[in-house]
Amino acid sequence: MPVTTLDGHQIHVNDEGFLTDPSEWDEDLARILAAQIGIELTEPHWKAIRFLRDDFASQGETATIRRVSTVGGIPVKELFTLFPQKPAKKMAYVAGLPKPHGCV
Amino acid sequence: MKRLLILGAGTAGTMIANKLVKRLDDTWKITIVDGDEQHRYQPGYLFLPFGELRPEQVVRPRRGLLPREVDFLCAAVDRVDAPASEVTLTDGRRLGYDYLVIATGVSPRPDQTPGMLGPAWRESIFDFYSLDGAQALAIGLQDFDGGRFVVHITDMPIKCPVAPLEFTFLADAYFRHRGIRDRVEMVYVTPLSSAFTKPIAAAHLGSMLDDRRVTVEPDFLVEHIDAEPQRLVSYDEREIPFDLLVTVPLNMGADFVGRSGLGDELNLVRVDKHTLLSKDYQNIFAVGDASDIPASKAGSVAHFAVEIFVDNFIDHVNGLPMYGSFDGHANCFVESGDGKGLLIDFNYDIEPLTGKYPLPGVGPFSLLKETRANHLGKLAFRWMYWNLLLPGRPIPLPAHMSMAGKHPEKEGVS
Repeated sequence: MPVTTLDGHQIHVNDEGFLTDPSEWDEDLARILAAQIGIELTEPHWKAIRFLRDDFASQGETATIRRVSTVGGIPVKELFTLFPQKPAKKMAYVAGLPKPHGCV
Repeated sequence: MKRLLILGAGTAGTMIANKLVKRLDDTWKITIVDGDEQHRYQPGYLFLPFGELRPEQVVRPRRGLLPREVDFLCAAVDRVDAPASEVTLTDGRRLGYDYLVIATGVSPRPDQTPGMLGPAWRESIFDFYSLDGAQALAIGLQDFDGGRFVVHITDMPIKCPVAPLEFTFLADAYFRHRGIRDRVEMVYVTPLSSAFTKPIAAAHLGSMLDDRRVTVEPDFLVEHIDAEPQRLVSYDEREIPFDLLVTVPLNMGADFVGRSGLGDELNLVRVDKHTLLSKDYQNIFAVGDASDIPASKAGSVAHFAVEIFVDNFIDHVNGLPMYGSFDGHANCFVESGDGKGLLIDFNYDIEPLTGKYPLPGVGPFSLLKETRANHLGKLAFRWMYWNLLLPGRPIPLPAHMSMAGKHPEKEGVS
């Protein structure tokens, strides 16, 4: 896996730039990752990201949009506003988690 | 007497009953429950709208596909009381079990998208993932003389994720043969970022859509369907008008799974992806589409998974560790129209590659390439399904995926 340095953070990423070791993540890195895709994190963003992190810790899988909506309580429409066009991918990227594989 | 209860007499449940009846001795009693009497060959639904198969060719009585020693109950499940190891049926009967296999699959749920089940349902909005839907669509296609023809996937995961692509290829050929292709604007709408889930196959299948002048609308997650004017509207407020919509509704596991607290937000049973044993209960397995494993929801996955499951089950009930580990193996013939098809073969970790299958270098099937042999393979599979697969007879395809005969050096294509 390639190692890259982002604003002083040394991280392991896959060929799409997703973190491969979720333990290398912290909230400071989340801000940097978000900036990479043109997003400035506000409190509603953090609510989604924290749900994703907690859910991954208990389930071992990245939550799908549907799960963030039904279990995390954030409407799908809001997720599309917070993380435009590709909320599932963008949320996972910022949260330092693998892409969700609802997609097989 | 030890009791094995199987819920669902579809592909996985029927195979398990046929295989385990030979492996378990007469201290075991096997019961299988399903909500109706008819087993449907779901891959055949793809051909019904085009008149290439007749409905009676895809339906057989379930009883005739099950071993005589197995009790078949035609009944609906109300709930599973997992701590008590007991299933309640909607007619009030209670069935205790020592081991439970949930094999109730997933079903299309048009009720989950606002506007889908309106007055236009099966007038200008169709599905083909149900027997009556595929038959209604046959009439809808005959009556269609041109306009915007939209093929749409609501959300992943869906049964047989290549079927919407196959349907699109067959529809293109169908319109060409009717001489109206120039009057049909074809659009393929998907929640994914490309035509398929795996990069190499997506590039290949995506270029096949380009060749057929099909416009792809990626990253489209439908919020609702408007009736007047008729259009799909996404959560990010994109609009896709249509004259005829062929949609794949949201696929969900059985409602009783949700009621019983065994499922995730789509009523899929939470299991270990290698053993298919419930993450919550040591005497419950889920096999086939009903589980939450990150593999394609398809009969081929059910087939390969059952091979692993049966050996594991015998070890597990004897108190031994389960050595078998399912790798997510799937292979699918992909119809591409005009009597040709492709074949893809993949698992949890390895995406579909080019090459030959099942014999390395020989075939007779070519991976990720349109050939006549692949189409004939798909047609022959219906016979294999009824006569070899469901009865649990050996099929000369290994359960674990093999890299022999494949060309990983082409992995750079994307």
